[in-house]
Amino acid sequence: MTNETPSGTAREALDRIPAAERARTFQEPWEAQAFAITLALHQRGVFTWNEWATALGKEIKAAQARGDPDTGSTYYLHWLNAIERLVEHKGLTNAATLQRYREAWDRAADRTPHGDPIVLAPEDFAGGSTT
Amino acid sequence: MSDHDHDDGSHLSEIQLRVRALETILTEKGYVDPTVLDQIVEHFETKVGPHVGAKVVARAWVDPTFRSNLLADATKAITESGRFGTIGEHLIAVENTPEQHNMVVCTLCSCYPWDVLGLPPVWYKSAPYRSRVVMDPRSVLADFGVTLPPTTGIRVWDSTAETRYLVLPQRPAGTEGWSEERLASLVTRDSMIGTGLPAQPGAQTS
Repeated sequence: MTNETPSGTAREALDRIPAAERARTFQEPWEAQAFAITLALHQRGVFTWNEWATALGKEIKAAQARGDPDTGSTYYLHWLNAIERLVEHKGLTNAATLQRYREAWDRAADRTPHGDPIVLAPEDFAGGSTT
Repeated sequence: MSDHDHDDGSHLSEIQLRVRALETILTEKGYVDPTVLDQIVEHFETKVGPHVGAKVVARAWVDPTFRSNLLADATKAITESGRFGTIGEHLIAVENTPEQHNMVVCTLCSCYPWDVLGLPPVWYKSAPYRSRVVMDPRSVLADFGVTLPPTTGIRVWDSTAETRYLVLPQRPAGTEGWSEERLASLVTRDSMIGTGLPAQPGAQTS
């Protein structure tokens, strides 16, 4: 962690991102998934785009207040925070359910040999050990 | 996350777990369809991008009627021409002139004219750009290597969830008689955001 402040130039922000990454639409598959989930929910009329922009703007402001240099590279993290909140706010799911599914996916990953596709099974929910 | 990971097992990062959990729940409840999610990603990775906006700009350079329609109502002009896909948002085209240069920002988050430019570059989403372009657009232009005559004013347009902007750059001199396709090759992404100018005809490398 460096003492970066949000005051650098736009170019500096850009220069911190390796060229190959700059050219790609999404840096990681999860960014694409979070993005697509949001658009799909909007297309279904779960929220208006204005509601979405407000939710995302709020997350970005909160992150800046926490000291995130907000150079654009953490953008999809803010995006994910915002869509989780909005989905909860709209009553589509709640924090406990999200947590239960995360733990299930974690167990699914643990029991899947490295390199195989990770698939969620009912057993991943059963008898969840609470360590 | 768990402290009993097996070395021969797989691992998902905290953030991957979060996204998978969200997608699984919403899929099970019927709010999203994984096939549709794949189509959305494919659309943004392969179909839309600055090449779409570049064709729109080139068309406006050669067709005065399209140009005036574009400036009057960009959403309608682009969608009705049937050549550049559809515009799902309220799009406004702002024209650069010798007197006025236009720059686009979204100070709130990162609203951007996706249908004509694809997804925004990283710097567009960064706090330094979002805050500085409003206060000191000329120095931001300098960061991008662009110097305008002092007589050219700069207007900054702040996007919203409902309204997006596309800059219509000035056609470079020395391109008389060029085809639309050739003209489009001069139109850079940054020139349609206002942080750059179109490539000059002589500066083309290919």
